[in-house]
Amino acid sequence: MSAQYLLNMQNISKEYDGNLVLKNVTLQVKPGEIHALVGENGAGKSTLMNILFGMPVIHTTGGFEGSVEINGEQANIDSPNKAIDFGIGMVHQEFMLIPGFTVTENIKIGREISHPSLLSHIFGKELETLDLEQMAQDARTALSTIGLNIEEYVKVAGLPVGYMQFIEIAREIDKTGLKLLVFDEPTAVLTESEAERLLKIMKKIAAKGIAIIFITHRLSEVMEYADSMTVLRDGELITRKEVKDTSIVEIAELMIGRKVEKLVDLEDDTRSFAEQSVALALKNFHVDMPGERVRGVDLEIYKGEIFGIGGLAGQGKIGIPNGIMGLYESQGTVEVFGKKLDLNKLGNALTNSIAFVSEDRRGVGLLLDESIELNIAFSAMQVKNEFLHNFGPIKLLDKKRMRQHALDMIKLLDIRCTGPTQKVGSLSGGNQQKVCLARALTMNPDILIVSEPTRGIDIGAKKLVLEYLVKLNREQGTTIVVVSSELVELRSLCDRIAIVSGGKISAIIEPDAPDAEFGLAMAAG
Amino acid sequence: MSTKDKTIKAVLENKVVILFVLLCIAAIYASKSPLTFVASELFTRFGRNGFTVLSLLIPVLAGMGLNFGIVIGAIAAQISVFWVVYWGYTGITGFLLCVLMATPIAVFFGWLVGRLFNKMKGAEMIAGLVLGYFADGLYQLFFLYIIGGIIPADNPRLIISGGIGVKNTIDLADNLKYALDTVSMLTILKLTFAAMLAAGVIKLILYFTRKAGSIGENVLLMVAAVAGFAAITLIPPLTNFLSTDRLLLLDAVTIGIVIAIVSQLWQLVSNKIIKKKQDYPIMRPLIVIAAAIGVYFTTYLKPVEDILLFVRIPVMTYLCIVALCLFNSLILRTRLGQNMRTVGQSQVVANAAGLDVDRYRIIAMIISTVLACWGQLIYLQNMGTFSTYGAHTQVGQFAIAALLVGGASVQKADNKQAIIGVILFHTLFIVAPQAGQELFNNAQLGEYFRVFVAYGVIAVSLAMHAWKTVVKPKTAAAAPPPAQGAAVTES
Repeated sequence: MSAQYLLNMQNISKEYDGNLVLKNVTLQVKPGEIHALVGENGAGKSTLMNILFGMPVIHTTGGFEGSVEINGEQANIDSPNKAIDFGIGMVHQEFMLIPGFTVTENIKIGREISHPSLLSHIFGKELETLDLEQMAQDARTALSTIGLNIEEYVKVAGLPVGYMQFIEIAREIDKTGLKLLVFDEPTAVLTESEAERLLKIMKKIAAKGIAIIFITHRLSEVMEYADSMTVLRDGELITRKEVKDTSIVEIAELMIGRKVEKLVDLEDDTRSFAEQSVALALKNFHVDMPGERVRGVDLEIYKGEIFGIGGLAGQGKIGIPNGIMGLYESQGTVEVFGKKLDLNKLGNALTNSIAFVSEDRRGVGLLLDESIELNIAFSAMQVKNEFLHNFGPIKLLDKKRMRQHALDMIKLLDIRCTGPTQKVGSLSGGNQQKVCLARALTMNPDILIVSEPTRGIDIGAKKLVLEYLVKLNREQGTTIVVVSSELVELRSLCDRIAIVSGGKISAIIEPDAPDAEFGLAMAAG
Repeated sequence: MSTKDKTIKAVLENKVVILFVLLCIAAIYASKSPLTFVASELFTRFGRNGFTVLSLLIPVLAGMGLNFGIVIGAIAAQISVFWVVYWGYTGITGFLLCVLMATPIAVFFGWLVGRLFNKMKGAEMIAGLVLGYFADGLYQLFFLYIIGGIIPADNPRLIISGGIGVKNTIDLADNLKYALDTVSMLTILKLTFAAMLAAGVIKLILYFTRKAGSIGENVLLMVAAVAGFAAITLIPPLTNFLSTDRLLLLDAVTIGIVIAIVSQLWQLVSNKIIKKKQDYPIMRPLIVIAAAIGVYFTTYLKPVEDILLFVRIPVMTYLCIVALCLFNSLILRTRLGQNMRTVGQSQVVANAAGLDVDRYRIIAMIISTVLACWGQLIYLQNMGTFSTYGAHTQVGQFAIAALLVGGASVQKADNKQAIIGVILFHTLFIVAPQAGQELFNNAQLGEYFRVFVAYGVIAVSLAMHAWKTVVKPKTAAAAPPPAQGAAVTES
């Protein structure tokens, strides 16, 4: 039974620090087929591929459970080298190319052709002389197989991005004995025509009997090019299907669909949007955030509403708040209550009464080695000169006020800690998130942007954080923008949800619209 | 790009070298030193220090930056020099014994340093610098206490009168001084003959045992050439010329010109007339020949002739330096060199390609440490006095400063930069005190200046390196959309 599969990964489980990221996942691929591996961000696709490729990150964190079979035989892959020996190749999402090397050198990396010399007979294979001519010839062969017309002696550094992906492919197909090739979101950085070419090449490679695992977020590509597919969600196997038996809508539902549980107990909604004054307006907004590029967004967010921004990872939803806050370079206009922001000035959004809770809590959000009280007061201190004694030009910290405020916030948000002087780094994820929120609230913002408010926190804390956001909105009329990868979350508290795909808004949807509508919006582009 | 832009770009790329060339010219002019003096000093110092500076190149290739850890190689050399002098060996025998003894020590030290550097990736330079000081402490313990204190040593010329510890200075005048410098060309030719014979024999053995390689015309040609050379050495006037211990620079230049012309003519004849290659560029060899002839005529200019007749170069030492240059460039053409380059460019990519990153980094450190060790042996035999506690302390800093003056950087260094660097750095060293004396009536000022230059150039280069690594992510984010992927891989 299992012999018909080239690759058979059975009951794979993997834990990171007690967090189960893969639960009994099975992945089976036949020779010569294009097998799509789909799932939301965090579904466990990368971890599964890391296991397949024997990456050190797996084996330094305690290995994994389950079995990997190749051609029906047990394969113990514990290093990338072993994976290569088994005929597994990978086209990486971040290019594994060296810019300073020529195309040939990159294609032949680690597998240079050499012929023995006098010294190599004495000192071993390492001192064999490189056969540059043969290497160049191989490179040319590989390049022409995929139909890429470039000179093999140019340096990679000067080539357009689209070409780099092709060089990666050329490198993989140059390997003799290649049986299985993994494409990790190959089309994410390509233009449309480049993507099309790449997918055609993929077909060509598969036609030679090489099995392909194709990871992508673009469901239309799955429909058009894949033969079969495996859907993962939250580290669990949802289904394995033949592509011809399914549809985009079904895949989208399988990927994100879960019964919508109410995460928040909504109080009576007494708000009225009669005036509909615009709180935040984006016009032709571009953000140059690597991996989360925003390519021209037009958006109007009304005063007093809770607005959700969703979409798959890498499509640009995270880029929007980061661009508004000036953390990444951006273009276009952002208007706050009709007033234009100076986008090139870091902190300009803060002074215009926008507060931001970053998705990167530990990196951007918090001063991990400082106390809770300082973390809460910090932004207000810097931007609004609060919590300070002013002695002319000299400003001193007003410790008493800061302490009092911290105590209030700890009580208000139920931050579980030993006291306001505890270091933030030693708090749990949920409590760290509450500190971030407390800091944003200390700014007394008119608009609060929260990015991934519940990432990495447990369900109880999740509920509390979300409920507090609603409360803030209802009681103080704060306009709230929630950016989240968890659609359930957005649908349970937002008034409107914008879905971002390919760096643009693909649709603005009511929270109670059917699942399929969300799925289609996400898969657009 | 217009010619003007190109010139500006070239000037900017070589700004360090140009600055130091100007500085050297000004200092030579100010010092009023005769050119013959400057030139002969320079040739001495080049032979003395060139090897050590060239030993820095491999770690740069492997992405480990400037190897401040070469002090440890120097220490290995000095341990062996002490014992060889203690046992009373002299001349080239003593020198070879030093090499034989120091090399395994240096390999071991290099392995240790490599292991340490692998634990501190990204901080190799500061680690190397501090490691140098730490090793110096152990070295002092060894020489001040263990020798005589634990290992019995009894030699009133070397050991402090109490019987414990080594004296401050060891005189090498009647044992190792000029041991390598004075190897005559006759001996070198004989050695080459022996080496080629050995290579031929090994090839034959390999051919018959493993059926590897081939005995083509190459081997026969080699043997014929060597036999020809051997025959030449039997002609009495030539034998006399070849057995002198130093080579007059004028003769060296003449020999160089003859070799250049003959080899170019040979290429021309073999490519054009024998193999009849149509596309062989005929202009290039002709230009080289014309240039060689031009150089020959300049030797008749009075100031040039003065220098050429005054300077005598130690042949063997210079050959060692040439050999190291060849090694540095030939290693790039081997699997080992290519893999080291890969590791140096990106450890992530190297790892994904299945290369053992740590291993290549250790190999690079071992090579560098061994080469630095040999470099220190060359230095000591040329100096003729061995300052037991001081000879190694500045090795790293001065060698690195010289390399940087030649236009090298933390990421990129080659033979050419090393050679130019040694020339410029030491020219400044030679003339700076005299220039200080002439300009300010104070030689000390010139001294200060050259020390300032040595450390200043290191500081600026490291700061520029740090600045580049800090600035990079920013430029990556700001890059135009099509270049995003490239920028991400770089950072």
